[in-house]
Formats: sequence, structure tokens, C-alpha cells
Amino acid sequence: MNLDQINPILLIASLMVAATPILLAAIGETVVEKAGVLNLGVEGMMITGAVVGFAIGVNSGSPALGFVGAAIAGAALSMLFGVLVLYLLSNQVATGLGLTLFGLGLSALIGKPYEGMKVPTLAKWDIPLLSDIPVLGPILFQHDPMVYVSIGLIMAVWYVLKSTRAGLILRAVGENHDAAHALGYKVIRVRLMAIAFGGACAGLGGAYISLVRVPQWVEGMTAGAGWIALAIVVFASWRPWRVLLGAYLFGGITVLQLNLQAAGVPIPVEYLSMSPYVITILVLVLISTRGKHGAPGSLGRIFHASH
Amino acid sequence: MADALLTLDGLRKAYPGVVANDDVSFTIKPGEVHALLGENGAGKSTLVKMIYGLVKPDQGAMVLNGVPFTPANPAAARAAGVAMVFQHFSLFDALNVAENIALGMDNPPHPRELSQRIRDVSNAYGLPLDPDRTVGDLSAGERQRVEIIRCLLQDPKLLIMDEPTSVLTPQEVEILFTTLRKLTAEGTAILYISHKLEEIRALCEHATILRLGQVVDTCDPREKSARELAEMMVGSTLHVPSRAEVAPGEVILSVDGLSLKSATEFGTNLHDIHLEVRAGEVLGIGGVAGNGQDELLGALSGEALAPGAITLKGEAIGHLGPNPRRSRGLLTAPEERLGHAAAPDMSLTENALLTGSVRKHLTEKGFLKWGAAEAFALRIIEAFDVRTPGPDNAARSLSGGNLQKFVIGREILQNPDVLAVNQPTWGVDASAAADIRQALLDLAHHGAAVIVISQDLDELMEVADRFTALNEGRLADPVPTRGLTVEDIGLMMGGISGDMTDDTAEGAA
Repeated sequence: MNLDQINPILLIASLMVAATPILLAAIGETVVEKAGVLNLGVEGMMITGAVVGFAIGVNSGSPALGFVGAAIAGAALSMLFGVLVLYLLSNQVATGLGLTLFGLGLSALIGKPYEGMKVPTLAKWDIPLLSDIPVLGPILFQHDPMVYVSIGLIMAVWYVLKSTRAGLILRAVGENHDAAHALGYKVIRVRLMAIAFGGACAGLGGAYISLVRVPQWVEGMTAGAGWIALAIVVFASWRPWRVLLGAYLFGGITVLQLNLQAAGVPIPVEYLSMSPYVITILVLVLISTRGKHGAPGSLGRIFHASH
Repeated sequence: MADALLTLDGLRKAYPGVVANDDVSFTIKPGEVHALLGENGAGKSTLVKMIYGLVKPDQGAMVLNGVPFTPANPAAARAAGVAMVFQHFSLFDALNVAENIALGMDNPPHPRELSQRIRDVSNAYGLPLDPDRTVGDLSAGERQRVEIIRCLLQDPKLLIMDEPTSVLTPQEVEILFTTLRKLTAEGTAILYISHKLEEIRALCEHATILRLGQVVDTCDPREKSARELAEMMVGSTLHVPSRAEVAPGEVILSVDGLSLKSATEFGTNLHDIHLEVRAGEVLGIGGVAGNGQDELLGALSGEALAPGAITLKGEAIGHLGPNPRRSRGLLTAPEERLGHAAAPDMSLTENALLTGSVRKHLTEKGFLKWGAAEAFALRIIEAFDVRTPGPDNAARSLSGGNLQKFVIGREILQNPDVLAVNQPTWGVDASAAADIRQALLDLAHHGAAVIVISQDLDELMEVADRFTALNEGRLADPVPTRGLTVEDIGLMMGGISGDMTDDTAEGAA
């Protein structure tokens, strides 16, 4: 056992990378659930984004184009869910589960020719001056652009939900869709846009795994990240900054336990591997037991504009 | 008619299988309170939804201030000066007062300015309201204030109010009426929908009566009695419950020194309650909402246990739960129809099973007897004239009055020795209410003891042999109803509640 190998600066820097896919998916799902829709298809949209992003990245040689394609693919898949749930009034839980299974199968099919291929990955930004700051520089200012995009998204979602009229309408639709309809707001349209946003974010999260973290295509490579994102949304009480906290906690413990494994800590590997899931959920449960839970009032309920 | 604010001309709206409104025409003048009267299903809601732009009429025209008025959506109606306070509040529990109000406005000002305007307007109309409070924490009366302030901030010319007082205490009703009178004095017209005829007589200058979607009559409600108004709505002579004189028999149920801590944070604790009911007698319990009515019914039904305090036919039953009490003959019907007395998404057959299985033997060795349960549901539907396509329909699909008839009928047909009901005719139209009261009287006539808890004093005067009142969880000593004056009742209800009773009674007289 040699704990001296673990470099705290590198550890913190790599936890941000490890957390980014979950952070992207979770902030998208937060918006979807704030609009009153429960989309359990996050995993399916992530893996579809991963394979489409990888394929476009390989063929075009541009990881940026890969991310754009992944966002479009995730949004397109989510629209399938949106039409089924909002127009055909299907059950949200069953449809979401179906979407996950569909996404896993579809991605395996698309990804078959790309197995074992290499893809150009995103270059890290070395932000001038800032990246030279000791300690903080390597932790905060030497990442690839998607890390900053994900943090920017958290900030944007927080601001829009809290301080803009569009955010207020979205929260109103999720809180009480009948009342929102009675006041003349377009419940279906608002929800469709929220679902598309959630799908695009999940697609970005998936592509981050296949284009930056790994970077390779392996069937089923999201490995439950979508489910962790869903859990984080709930235990973060649907608040953007807590979503960030939950995702970074999960990413941090994932990286830490890998380092501990490498250092040969005498704890069975199985316990170390499960620790990110257990600790993240425990911490967020402790946070959410205090104060209001704040589940949107119409979450998961079918809306039908009957007279 | 230059002075008309809104003129409706020949409005018609049909849904598949039912004509909700047919050839409806009337006129609302500025500054008047115009009542829209009608039984459940007479088409009042559809009519106001057309005025508010939620539903488009199939035929007919509306004219607002001399200009043709065809609102495509509620925003257009609001822009034209029409505002509406909904029957079921259209509020968002998780949002605060200011956010809720901003959602109802088309161009809300900056939040800080809006908060100030909410404070100004709410104080000006005597409806104080803190813009930063979360709506979910407010009382029913305060929640309605939010809706009203939301409307007032738009300076409406016409304010539509759909059953505004059904969830308010008498004190809150008085405050509301003061506000409405202030508004009409400023020239705002109000279209007022209510089942409570005494309120309409106290407030409205003009009434349009709808029956089966058509205008059948208009009148000045101040010149009519409540009974005449009810008969105009129903279209036939109203059946007034008749009571046969029966000498009360022996004491069946007695409550002795019942004290109970409320299960909910905002409930009322019961203090040392004593009461007795005899066979063939109806005991009426009055009082303003929230003085322990729900808790008392819960203690009688067995939802809350009170060991040693309740005796049924000589047997102590205070420690028993609801089903053992049912099997011994004590049945109850709580106030909240959907979610307490009936499971909203279950069929009427299933709901009949839920309380009827013990006394009607609808289960055998743990298995359900569907045939018997359906036959029981059908008997309730038939005996109590419940309007529904059949027992397979969900409880939620019934109108309030029909579901209430079903819930009360379900208990009565189980031949209880004691039946306790809370608010048996709340939100029920006049003819259904008369049916329910008659059924309760018939039950007593056949030898059962009946306890009616209600906030409707007229109802209690009509059915009860003896009257008492709950005040802050304490029960007054019962007195015979005959010869009781309003002053006596006010004293029994105690404190402020007594004053309020006087006021409302005088206002109605």
C-alpha cells in the first residue's frame, strides 16, 4: 500500500472529468422533471449520444461535430418519448424504461462497425495566465471545453429557472398542469421543449464518455451513468447546484476509489467499486431529509386538456 | 343598450352526447353583481369558460363594451378586461404568492415592483397578503385572496367568481363580500356563481337561472326567498324534508369524557366531550370549520382510538378500529368525498366493497364476492338516484352531489344503528341536498341514531331534534332544536363565531 502515489491536485482535476457525463445528463433531466415529466430513458439517450457522437467524430475527424451530432441524436430520441407520452398519453415510467432498452439496442447496432476504432479527442484548454496559478490552475483551468460547458449549463439552468419568466412558466407547468392550462399556458409545448433539452443534454453526456473519457466505443459503455443521473436529480431535490454537488461527489469518489485500488489499499475491490454509488446516495439522502423535498406537483402525471 | 358591459346572444355549446348550453342570452351591466344559478350540470361552468376564452361557442355572439368579443384564449379575455376566480383554485403550491400572481398576468412588472403592488392592492381591499409566502402554506381563505388579488391587479371590468365561498369560513365570507361590494362601487361587474342561495340573496342584484343549458328565468334575488330561488332552479316544487314525530328510544351511543390530541399539526384537539344519542333521534352538531369536526368524526369512526370513552349499546368500543365498529353497527361518512369517503380512481362497486364488506358480507374467506358487491352498488345507485352510467365508473367521474348521494347511501343501506356524517350536503345542489336530508330523517324514523355534523345552520334546523355546537374542540350541552333562536345558537358557538352567525343571519334576513 502506498498512499503517497495519490496526488490530490490530479485527483480533484480528474474528478471533474469523471463527473461531467453525469452532470450533463442530470441537469437535462432536472429541467424535464421540473416541467412535470419523468423520463426514465436517460440511459438510452446517453448511450445513443455516445455512439452517434463517436461515429461522427471518427468520420469527420472533428470531436466538436461529434458533440453536436450527439446532442441532436439525444434530442431526436427524446422526441419519440415526448410524442408517446404527451400526445398518445402513454405511461411515462413504462415509456421511459422502453426508451432505455431501445437506446441500448440501437446503439449496439450502430456501433458494431466502430468497435476498436480510435477517435480524435477534445484538446485541453490551457487558459493563459489562469492555468499557471499554482494548485488552482491545474484543478480548474486545464480542462477540455465540455467541462466548462457543463458548469455553464448548471449556471444557466439555475438562473433561468429562478429569475426568468420562461423558467417560472416551466415550473408552473410542472407544479400544476391543470392550473397552468387554465391560465392559458401551452403545457404540451413547454414539456416538449423541456424533453428535447433533456435529450440533448443526455446525448452530450454520453458523447463525453465515448469521445473524451474513454475514448473508444464499447457496447453498453455508459454502464448505468444514466440511472445515477436520475438518482442525483431526485436526491438533489431538483436544485441545479445540488445536482453539481451530487455529480462531483460521485465523480470524486469514483476517482478516489480507483486511486485507492491502484495504491493497494487492503479493502476488497468490490467494496471500493460500490462506494461511489453508496456514498453519493447516502449524502444526498441526508441533505434531502432536511427541509422541503420539492418534487414538482405534477411529476409523472398524464396531462389531458379536457374541458 | 348603451349601458351594457357584456351581452351574450344565443350562445350554444354542444359536446358529444350532451348540449351544455343552448341559446343562452343575457346582459351584465357595469357595477352589478349578477348571479348565475343552476343545479350541477346546468351548464354554468361551460358558460363562464366561454366568456373566459377556455371554450369556443358553437353558435352565438358576445359583445363587450359595444365591441364583438371572441376571446381565443384566456390571455385575450384578460386583455379585454375579463378576470376569473376558479372554483378549484388554479394555484401553484410550491411557488410563492408573487410568482403565482405573476403567472396570471400577461406583462408582469419587475418582481420588486410587483411585490409592492400586491401589498398596496391587498391592503386597499382589506385582504392583507404577504407576497413572499409559499402558497402551499396558506389557508383556503388566503389562497382565494391570492386569486382575487391576481385578478384585481389587471383592473378587470368583469370579475367571474365560480363558487367562491364553498371553502371559506363565515368570517372569510364576510371579508370577501365587503371586498366585492367595494369593487362594484368602483364600477366593476361581478358574475357570481354559487349554490348558496342565501349568499346570492345577500349579495346579488340580478340573477339568471339556467336549467339543462338554457336560460329559464331571470329575477331579482333580493325579492325572492331562498326556497323560491331553489324551485326556479329545479323547475319543480322543492321537496322539503318531512319529519315524523317519534319518541326517542333508549341511548344507543354515548361518548363520555373524550379528549383527543389531533393527529395533524393544524388540527384541533378535543377536550372532554360528552354526548348521548338515542334511537330515532337526530343530533345536530354545528360550529365553524376547524373547531374539531374532523377529529370528532375520526374518533367516532375508529380512525382515532379513544379507549374507554365511547360506548355503543352498553359495550365499550373506544379501543376498536373502524371495521369492528362497523360490524357492531356504528357507521360514518366523512366530509371529504374524494380521497376519504371514496377512493377516487376505484369503481363504485369497489368503493361499495370498501366499507360495505363487513355488514353486507361481500367477502368470503378473503375472496371478494364481485356479484354481491355489484348488486349492492346497483342498489345504492337505484335507491339514492345516483346519476351515473353504471357501477363500473370511477368515483372521480361523478359530480359532487351524485358522489355524496352514493357515499351516504352506501352507509344507510347497511342499516346502521348509529350513523355519523360530517357535512353531508357540502357543495351539493338544492334537490340532491333535500334528498340526502330526507334519507337521514327516514333512517332515524326507522330507529337509528343519527349524528349530523354541519356548518350549514339551516340544514341542522331542518333535520336535528337536538342541537349542540363545537367550539375549539369543546362541545356545548345539547338543547332541543325546537324554539331555538339565532342568539342561542350564537352563544353556543361561542366567541367570534357566535357574532358571525348573527351577522350572516341578519344579512340573509
